[in-house]
Amino acid sequence: MVPLSYYLVLSGILFVCGVLGFLIKRNIITIFMSIELMLNGVNLSFVAFAAHWHALSGQVFVFFVMVVAAAEAAVGLAIIIAVYRTRETLNVDQVNLLKL
Amino acid sequence: MTPNPYLWLVGHLWLVPLLPLAGAAINGFFGRQWSKKAISTVALVFCGAAFVMALGLAAGFSSAAAPYYCDLAHWIRSGSFQVDFSFYLDQLSLVMLLVVTGVGFLIHIYSVGYMWEDDGYYRFMSYMNLFMFFMLTLVLAKNYLVMFIGWEGVGLASYLLIGYWFTKDSAAAAGKKAFIVNRIGDFGFLIALFLMIKHFGSLDFTRVFAAVQTLPTETAGVGLLTAIGLLLMVGAAGKSAQIPLYVWLPDAMEGPTPVSALIHAATMVTAGVYMVARSSAIFERAPMAMMVVAIIGTLTALFAATIGIAQTDIKKVLAYSTVSQLGYMFMACGVGAFSAGIFHLMTHAFFKGLLFLAAGSVIHGIGGEQDMRKMGGLRQYMPWTFLTMTIATFAIAGFPPFAGFFSKDEILWKAYSSEYGSWVFWLIGIITAFITSFYMFRLWFLTFFRDYRGGNANDGADQSANAHAAHDHSDHGHGHGPHESPWVMLGPLVVLAFLSLVGGWIGIGGRFEHFLAPVFQSGGVAELAHETAGEAAGTGTETLLMLISVGAAFLGLFLAWTLYFRRPQLPARIAASLGGLYQAVAHKYYIDELYNVLFVKPLIDGSTAILWHGVDQNVIDATVNNSASAARHVSDNVRHMQSGNLRSYAGWVAAGGAVVIAYMIWMGVWVR
Repeated sequence: MVPLSYYLVLSGILFVCGVLGFLIKRNIITIFMSIELMLNGVNLSFVAFAAHWHALSGQVFVFFVMVVAAAEAAVGLAIIIAVYRTRETLNVDQVNLLKL
Repeated sequence: MTPNPYLWLVGHLWLVPLLPLAGAAINGFFGRQWSKKAISTVALVFCGAAFVMALGLAAGFSSAAAPYYCDLAHWIRSGSFQVDFSFYLDQLSLVMLLVVTGVGFLIHIYSVGYMWEDDGYYRFMSYMNLFMFFMLTLVLAKNYLVMFIGWEGVGLASYLLIGYWFTKDSAAAAGKKAFIVNRIGDFGFLIALFLMIKHFGSLDFTRVFAAVQTLPTETAGVGLLTAIGLLLMVGAAGKSAQIPLYVWLPDAMEGPTPVSALIHAATMVTAGVYMVARSSAIFERAPMAMMVVAIIGTLTALFAATIGIAQTDIKKVLAYSTVSQLGYMFMACGVGAFSAGIFHLMTHAFFKGLLFLAAGSVIHGIGGEQDMRKMGGLRQYMPWTFLTMTIATFAIAGFPPFAGFFSKDEILWKAYSSEYGSWVFWLIGIITAFITSFYMFRLWFLTFFRDYRGGNANDGADQSANAHAAHDHSDHGHGHGPHESPWVMLGPLVVLAFLSLVGGWIGIGGRFEHFLAPVFQSGGVAELAHETAGEAAGTGTETLLMLISVGAAFLGLFLAWTLYFRRPQLPARIAASLGGLYQAVAHKYYIDELYNVLFVKPLIDGSTAILWHGVDQNVIDATVNNSASAARHVSDNVRHMQSGNLRSYAGWVAAGGAVVIAYMIWMGVWVR
């Protein structure tokens, strides 16, 4: 049996990859994918704990997170398309109309 | 229904002050759109209703059943300390009630004629009614705090009416002066009230006086009662224009003449006398305070009378005369003759109200001119004004059988004979009576005799135009030269003239004094007994003193006749020969200038340097301004965080998350 700590370390690595991607990348789609990566890193820790403690609530949470992430992906992709149509770019540094 | 209508009337005593308040409110809120007829109707009906109620109260008044009480509502209930809105009717309140509503109603009628042309007519009538409300509250109060409401309220009404023509700088300044000088007096009054609360636990007249009765008479040194008495006197000196706080009253003549008559002659300025008389129980146990009252009154009487000699403005003469007559009233109170003081208060309200109204009629009739040097010969132009003014002049000068004779003679006799009195008071009183007679007849001769000096009487339009230039209130000019006033103004003059003639007769045989005796009972019983014993012995002296005072009045008349009728070039020569003394008198002894140097200027300089530049600018304003600029500087730096760069926001979020996680780990791992 794989120890719990392995899962957690993997989960942490996934999350940090997501954060770094979010911070470094300029393309909105990549940033969006980084968010998904962070969510999945968290999901992994949820299921790991659920398996460890033999409690189902962690797995139920993961379903919720997936549903929300799917909804968010729908909305987010729509926004990205809208942004691309008006600005003709996906570089976040150039989407700064609200700046002071 | 109550079987006895009089009890109903007394039970609704609070209606008497509230009626004029209703009138003031109606005119004040709606009068702007109404016609002048409607405004006059409202003002006169509500004021007249109060007068009718006062008459009803007087008709059924029974000395045996007095005093009557009427509680309207609770006000302050704090432990054992209670103050209610309650009203009180005894002999003293009744006299004041009749004087205030009666003279007040007459002056309201007069104002209709006098102020008709003024643009702010509704405002004027509303203020007048408001004044009536506060004055009636003052005289009907059952405790000092309700009295204080009226006391402050009449000050407010006085301020509003002095500064009625507020576009004129001098009027606005005079209003402020009256208000500020009165504040000084009110300060003393308030402290006296605090002392009463502290030591007697009540402000109710009956309870305070009952508590005072248990204290011994303070013969030596300064005690509680002396302190309260002196502080009350400070308040009275402010309201009633006594030395050293009299300076506001002559300036108050900037107000319209009916205001001068109602507030600054007949009613409000006598509030101080009323308050001292009402507090007679306190004063009688503090002989030193009594002495101070008598001295202040006597000095003021003489001092103001001498200033009156050299004034040329007809209203200023009357103003100083008022100050002087108020001095008489305080002299009476100071020697323990409270009823004589109230008697003089009443007759003074008649004849001085009349003098002011007649002077107003003169001013009205010659187009707003107030300088007596530009009057003269008005006898033929305004016979009714002349007749009524003559009666008033004889009354104030103290000729029998006019009203002033009885009251003034009573005061002088008491000043001489009372146990608190002395021949010094009497002597100064007689001198003052002589001066009073002189300056009043000077006014009379200058105004009504010899030839008209105010330009050509036939060329009235030109003269009227001059008057317009000199005086802002252009409502007086009719472009006809001197002319008699309308009947709505003459009617009150005639009624007041009648009262000035016969008003003193109720004092014959000590009837007035006996009527008021229950109010001044504490010492009054002894005094009455003492007097009946001394009456037989004192009759000879009393007659002699009376003759001397009449002689003084005649002497004044004769001197004024010589100087201002027979040989009118003489006064200028006398004035020139007196030089500095005349200048000092003509400039009112430079008291205003002295006060300016001593009090006003240091206060203004100190306020400018310390309070304005120091506290206000450097502390209060600086606090606000500096905190605002500090916030701006901080924000200036912090706003760079908001770069518009999405990734830098994300960085901040991540950094914040890292801090939170670090904190939780530190708390969870190392601290545990």
